[in-house]
Amino acid sequence: MTIGLGHYLTVAAILFTLGIIGIFLNRKNVIVILMSIELMLLAVNLNLVAFSTHLNDLVGQVFALFVLTVAAGEAAIGLAILVVYFRNRGTIAVEDINMMKG
Amino acid sequence: MTMYHLIVFLPLLAAIIAGLFGRKIGDTAAMAVTCVAVIISAILSWVAFYLVIYNGQVVTVKVLDWIDSGSFSVDWALKVDQLTAVMLVVVNTVSAVVHVYSVGYMSHDEHRPRFFAYLSLFTFAMLMLITADNFVQLYMGWEGVGLASYLLIGFWFKKPSANAASIKAFVVNRVGDFGFALGIMALFFATNSVTFDAVFAAAPGLAGKTFHFLWKDWDILTVATFLLFLGAMGKSAQLGLHTWLPDAMEGPTPVSALIHAATMVTAGVFMVARCSPLFEYAPDTLAFVAVIGASTAFFAATVGLAQNDIKRVIAYSTCSQLGYMFFALGVSAYPAAIFHLFTHAFFKALLFLGAGSVIHAVDGEQDMRHMGGLWKHIKVTYVMMWIGSLALAGFPIFAGYYSKDMILEVAYAAGGVGQYAYIMGMAAAILTAFYSWRLLFMTFHGAPRADHHVMEHVHESPMIMLAPLGVLAFGAVFAGIAFHDGFIGHHWKEFWGSSILILENHKAMEEAHHVPFLVKVGPIIVGVIGIFVAWIAYVRDTTLPARAAAQQPLLYSFLLNKWYFDELYDRIFVRPTFWLGRVLWKGGDGKVIDGFGPDGFAATVIRLAKRASVLQTGYVYHYAFAMLIGVAALVTYFFSSMGH
Repeated sequence: MTIGLGHYLTVAAILFTLGIIGIFLNRKNVIVILMSIELMLLAVNLNLVAFSTHLNDLVGQVFALFVLTVAAGEAAIGLAILVVYFRNRGTIAVEDINMMKG
Repeated sequence: MTMYHLIVFLPLLAAIIAGLFGRKIGDTAAMAVTCVAVIISAILSWVAFYLVIYNGQVVTVKVLDWIDSGSFSVDWALKVDQLTAVMLVVVNTVSAVVHVYSVGYMSHDEHRPRFFAYLSLFTFAMLMLITADNFVQLYMGWEGVGLASYLLIGFWFKKPSANAASIKAFVVNRVGDFGFALGIMALFFATNSVTFDAVFAAAPGLAGKTFHFLWKDWDILTVATFLLFLGAMGKSAQLGLHTWLPDAMEGPTPVSALIHAATMVTAGVFMVARCSPLFEYAPDTLAFVAVIGASTAFFAATVGLAQNDIKRVIAYSTCSQLGYMFFALGVSAYPAAIFHLFTHAFFKALLFLGAGSVIHAVDGEQDMRHMGGLWKHIKVTYVMMWIGSLALAGFPIFAGYYSKDMILEVAYAAGGVGQYAYIMGMAAAILTAFYSWRLLFMTFHGAPRADHHVMEHVHESPMIMLAPLGVLAFGAVFAGIAFHDGFIGHHWKEFWGSSILILENHKAMEEAHHVPFLVKVGPIIVGVIGIFVAWIAYVRDTTLPARAAAQQPLLYSFLLNKWYFDELYDRIFVRPTFWLGRVLWKGGDGKVIDGFGPDGFAATVIRLAKRASVLQTGYVYHYAFAMLIGVAALVTYFFSSMGH
């Protein structure tokens, strides 16, 4: 059996769905939300690389590198915010972060 | 710029200076400015009186074009004829005297500039009224004096009773003034003009003409004059609209003397005399005027019997004397009414200022039951009050004798409603003498009923208060003897010129000189009887009044409570009005207008916003979910539209 484009896309879709489910089912920790977002970005990266190979177009891989950079920055800022938030409020449980409630 | 400009506008100028700059220039300067202005005005008024009456210089001085709108045009002009000249003298003399008196009487008050500004403003408004050349100007002066009266009754604004009295005076006068305004409009409707000359010239042609209103034809002059008289009833406190006058005594005493005795309340008498060319052609209204006047004269005199407040007794006396003037007007004896106005101004202002001097002496006490035995301590005031009372009772030589006798004679001579007026007038005369001497005996004679702290401090008023009393006493003694020949003597027609019109068939003035001897001396006899009864009841046997009151408790409380007019009006008008106001306020305004208007809108916005804010849970994943749904929807839309 040869592994084709379809397999890659299937794995990416599964990863993306896992990321979404991770955001929704998670009731505990904001870090899990960050990880889920990371997972979704990776799924997108997988798609980009797969299509790049399939179409013989390097732009997709270049784009994947950019996404990785952004993801790294996002993780850094996100974690920094979390640390500050924990310092201020003593918790990073998702249930407690609802100050925007109307 | 003529003398008449000065007479009218000096008080206004002084009022502006004292009113707006009183704090800057200080109390003394404010008092000086107003007093000097009004005194100059008064002196010039006597000059004007001489010029107009004896030199016949009747003039109309135009001040400015006032209103010009289509066919309706009004000039502001000063009409100075015999009637105006007499009123000028009365108003400005009493006003000047009261101004000077107030310097002493109000010496402990901290708002003196305001007081003097109001007094001068009142004087100006009154002068506007009496120099009016047309009905609109008359109306403006009419409302101006009403305003000044309101301000001065409520001068001691910290007293709730004074505020209530000032509002009452204003509201009751509104009722009359509404009629007055309608009357002016009716005259404009009928003659297309509001100037006196044009309206009066048109009056003979209007006699008997009717107009259609509410399924009925009405006699136009009768209706118009009736409405005008309604205004006079309000301003001059005639039966029905009199309730504000006794309450107006809440104001400072000089105000009572100037406004509520000598000048403003006589504005109605002046107005009816001024409109004599209209009233003469409306005999029904004249009869009504006579009946109302006579009833007021009697009613107020009976109430005066039972009052204990020294100022209220004099207030009811004023009401009663105004009734005399009106029934004289009602029998077409305008000169007699104006003559009584003239003499009454002197002796009633004297009585009020004398009462003020008494109140000043006993430290603000106004209840006569807490006075007594004062004559030894304040002899000058005592003499002044005697002079005033003698003049009021119509004792020979004193001013009231000539005018009051004349009024009773014309009422007798007129017949018809005059008979009713004569009987009422005679009854009022005996009551007048009684309550005047009741006042004198209760205040000045007998054992002192005030406590010894007050009695120790009883003191005669300063010279600045006694001198004005002297001037008025001079008037109260000599005004009648000096002027009766001119005002109401055989040549009264020459005296009044064209300012008063009396039709040939109204002969009360002529026939008054030929009434029986008994009618001529009648007022003196009943006056003496009244004084004698008062002497018995309040000097010889002082328990008599209490026994009489105990024997006739119903009659006594009927009189003490002023025929229950206030209670009656409270039931008929005041409470329903309050109820209606409350319904409209709570229901109409609160529930309907606010409910559907501003409050309703605000509540709806808040309700919708509450509902919208429920969507904001604050949980990150809900927002993320919303974003994803949005993205999914966009993508779905994108792809599905690409397919086509």
